[in-house]
Amino acid sequence: MLDIRGSRKFPFFLIVFLGPAAICYTLFMIYPLAESLILSFFSVQPDNSYVFSGFANFVKLFTDSDTAPRFWGALKNNVLFFIIHMLVQNPIGLLLASLLVTKGKARGFYRTVLFMPTVLSVVIIGFIWQLILNPLWGVAESMMRAVGLGKLFQPWLGLPQYALPAVALISVWQFIGIPMILFYTALIGIPDELIEAAVVDGCTEMQAFWQIKFPLILPTIGIVSILTFVGNFNAFDLIYTMKGAFAGPAYSTDIMGTLFYRTFFGQQLQLGNPTMGATVATMMFLIILTGVLIYMFLFQRRVKTYQL
Amino acid sequence: MKRLLLAAMIALVALSAFAQQKVTLTIESWRNDDIQIWQDQIIPAFEKKYPNIHVVFAPTPPAEYNGVLNSKLEGGTAGDLITARPFDASLALYNKGYLADLTNLPGMNNFSNVAKSAWITDDGKHVFAVPMASVIHGFFYNKDIFKKLNLKVPQTKAEFMQVLEAIKKDGRYIPLAMGTADMWEAATMGFQNIGPNNWKGEEGRQALLAGKQKYTDEPYIKTWKELASWAPYLPKGYQAVKYPDAQQLFTLGKAAIYPTGSWEIWLFEKDAAFELGIFPPPIEKKGDTVYISDHTDIALAMNAKTKYPEEAKKFLEWMTTAEFASLYSNALPGFFTLSNHKITLKDQLANEFLSWRATCKSTIRNSYQILSRGDQYGAPNLENELWQVSAAVINGTMTPEEAGKRVQAGLDKWYKPKK
Repeated sequence: MLDIRGSRKFPFFLIVFLGPAAICYTLFMIYPLAESLILSFFSVQPDNSYVFSGFANFVKLFTDSDTAPRFWGALKNNVLFFIIHMLVQNPIGLLLASLLVTKGKARGFYRTVLFMPTVLSVVIIGFIWQLILNPLWGVAESMMRAVGLGKLFQPWLGLPQYALPAVALISVWQFIGIPMILFYTALIGIPDELIEAAVVDGCTEMQAFWQIKFPLILPTIGIVSILTFVGNFNAFDLIYTMKGAFAGPAYSTDIMGTLFYRTFFGQQLQLGNPTMGATVATMMFLIILTGVLIYMFLFQRRVKTYQL
Repeated sequence: MKRLLLAAMIALVALSAFAQQKVTLTIESWRNDDIQIWQDQIIPAFEKKYPNIHVVFAPTPPAEYNGVLNSKLEGGTAGDLITARPFDASLALYNKGYLADLTNLPGMNNFSNVAKSAWITDDGKHVFAVPMASVIHGFFYNKDIFKKLNLKVPQTKAEFMQVLEAIKKDGRYIPLAMGTADMWEAATMGFQNIGPNNWKGEEGRQALLAGKQKYTDEPYIKTWKELASWAPYLPKGYQAVKYPDAQQLFTLGKAAIYPTGSWEIWLFEKDAAFELGIFPPPIEKKGDTVYISDHTDIALAMNAKTKYPEEAKKFLEWMTTAEFASLYSNALPGFFTLSNHKITLKDQLANEFLSWRATCKSTIRNSYQILSRGDQYGAPNLENELWQVSAAVINGTMTPEEAGKRVQAGLDKWYKPKK
């Protein structure tokens, strides 16, 4: 197309078009990322100088009797955090989306209301839920008592065994709108004729969903899963807002993001350690990269996309 | 013409001399809450005495202060006077040569060794900041509730527990307003508040520094045991109760006793609709010495590269006087001067806190000096560990013995006391 006159001229205009984005991306994304990866191979000395130390930071992170439990603990919690999202957020998101595509007057209202928490600030979400679950003046206990479940109330956010699921469910509550809206757009993209034809052939609602709609929205499920994965392993703000940088009680809500924050910026009398922080950040990068690669090679390439 | 020129020249010389005399000093600080107090009370009082020096108070938000200050010092744009955090943060600045040595500043002898300990080199030879204020730990109580239940202010530990039990039995009020969700209350308002009576204040703190005592020793284990015994008297669901929750519980009159420190005076006096009282941490038996945590919190240092060292020193020297001590402590009730001057405070509660200095022995939080450098050597930070274990002990997820073992193990990893 470019060889209008038959000459092989370099398409300089491409540079003009790609240049700004490429420069910005390199400057603000690739360069800091590379810098941070490099930093993880150095260690900071008590006199504030940086010395190249190879994989020492990583070895320390994985094996040291003090740092290793924090890292593995954060990784374990993060995996759990992700599993809760996959098991609760995405199925419910799909359910809500399939309810929304059915005909009904209140559809627009519910669509907006259900999406609302997603656009709210995390700080507000954290604050509201802390108030709701507050054992002193929260409404959760009185509401549970009203339906006869008062005995089941616990200060969930303060108990090591419940704090992480509680925070994860709050996060689910907040972000449910995203999978819902993605599934919703995928579902309304399915032509009615397809379903009508199937119904004429004697197909039930359930069958129509599982055998026609579900395979058609499978690519969206993949996208939602990978978005959840990346979002969860980058998560930080909600836990920081609700539980502070220590992600208590006893590190039970500590995930990679809070571990990174604590390590890099320090906390109270603990001074920040930039190189160890960079090591944690590098691990987060590698974990997310692995997840995305698995998705791309094992899922995206195999899943069938239908042209409708 | 000649005469006019001469007059003009004289005027010019006089003017430049005047310009040279009028010096502006800038104070770096994280106390942006106090800007009014500095501008309206403290600085005018100083400028009245030294009309040639103009002082500007230029605070940065607390969370950004350490970072902003570091970069300003590195870039050579920091103010002449620098508000100093206690211990290692400021010591690091001094070691890098950013802060001037103030050991020989006249007026330094108005401060005790404990007061200076937060801004001194490890060998104790160089002082690099003028101590400004400390906060004193203790217990607040609701006098109305005590009257209603006919309770006496507890002096001994046994009496303290009896009072808690009596309030619990009555059932109308929460005996002790504290939560463990934020963790620092457990360590700061719990462990460091009641502990000094067990480890005998400075004696124990110095012994820890010298390696003669360990966190696994009896005074420390005992302190955690006492903390654990508070659990039944804390608000329901205390594991999820945060600092502001506990504050409100107390100021609303729903809780009888609140373990904390003098910094709450301002807020409590503003919010509480009942009469407030305070008492120091309880002792073993009547007649024992009471040890209080009188924690050094804030000081003022001089930028080593200031253009006006003489003027800056004048300001610092003025800060060692009784005039400044009285001015500052009265403007900020609950933040007490660290000098030895006898001052009178208008705020009654603040006065009562301050009176403890005469009857009790002062110490500081035992984790702040030197011992919290573990993270620089790849070991856990002692202060952070104390937060974790103290909260866990109250929550019942860790025994006092386990707490001591864990804290000491982290300390042993890097700390080699000089024998």
